[in-house]
Amino acid sequence: MENFEPVIVAYCCHYCAYTAADMAGSMRLRYPANVKIIRVPCTGKVDAIHIMKALEKGADGVYVAGCLEGDCHFKNGNTRAARRLAYVKKLLDDIGIGGERVEMFLMSAGMGERFAQTASDFTEKIRTLGPNPVKAALGEAKRAVG
Amino acid sequence: MITAERKPLEELIECLKPYRRILLAGCNECVTVCAAGGRKEVGILSSALNMHFMKEGKPLEIKEITLERQCDPEYLEQLAPQMDQVDAVLSMACGCGVQEVARRFKETPVFPALNTKFMGASERPGMWAERCQGCGDCVLGSTGGVCPISRCSKQLLNGPCGGSTLGKCEVNPDIDCAWQLIWDRLKALGKTELYEENLPAKDWRPGRGAGPRKILREDLAS
Ligand code: SF4
Ligand code: SF4
Repeated sequence: MENFEPVIVAYCCHYCAYTAADMAGSMRLRYPANVKIIRVPCTGKVDAIHIMKALEKGADGVYVAGCLEGDCHFKNGNTRAARRLAYVKKLLDDIGIGGERVEMFLMSAGMGERFAQTASDFTEKIRTLGPNPVKAALGEAKRAVG
Repeated sequence: MITAERKPLEELIECLKPYRRILLAGCNECVTVCAAGGRKEVGILSSALNMHFMKEGKPLEIKEITLERQCDPEYLEQLAPQMDQVDAVLSMACGCGVQEVARRFKETPVFPALNTKFMGASERPGMWAERCQGCGDCVLGSTGGVCPISRCSKQLLNGPCGGSTLGKCEVNPDIDCAWQLIWDRLKALGKTELYEENLPAKDWRPGRGAGPRKILREDLAS
């Protein structure tokens, strides 16, 4: 487990977190390469199924990063996303995977530092939690086939 | 529409334990609209079950399929080619769909993934409310388009009861008093005289009172 490098999927809103990631880049801030960013037009577009499928396919953690409260470009996409996230957390608790593997963060387009810090903190949190239990099973299945 | 809710995952996991190859079958009609058993919910449940059983070291083989309707024999035929490759069907249709799967495919066990609730309407995004109990002899024409059978807690035909308070039902303050709604609507229509007419005692036989019901249209029957 010492070499465990978590795979993190981050659904980032085009109007804030994604731009903040850009900002982090131009500020030369380092954040872990573990975080794979998926740009979405609004976090309101992120559905339970996107988060579940990412985990099913082996992501160790997923987060959704949207605009600060009251700042959603589409009015309330971020609050909708937060509610969907709560729903997914419950699902993950119910199946024994653990809701703490998914999280929602809020930031503005100018918060490059916050973006980098969030990426680092979440990666560390997942590192502590250990690999997605599904991944171990996926690996075994692959070994059995191969 | 017919409304439903997904059963607790714990219950679903328990009923699938003896099986390995599962056909998870959704329905494209009512349960899609009430976000309980359409294609998307099939995908989410499939992921959840898959992850759970993988983690337990007992992976399932889940096939996802969503039929146009599960309560019509024509559409059910789409399941036929799959049946010899699965150990059980988990149906995300309402109770009608589940029963039709069971009737058509006698040799494969079928389990309901949903609890079917009521005939209702969407009050706002994410909320559905009961509107009709299929009493078989509709009185909406006399009650301003508000159903006293499904929406009055006591099914009063000539309400309200003494418990109606500030528009709310005494059974639960979250329930609008159906008879308040009826009165308000009759007033808006300028038809309060309808309220004065007593509705006669209801014959419940066209409802469930005479046992399970059927509709036969001779002109369409084969
Ligand atoms: S009166 Fe009967 S048929 Fe009409 S809406 Fe109410 S329960 Fe349904
Ligand atoms: S308060 Fe209204 S809805 Fe409730 S039981 Fe009485 S008449 Fe029916």
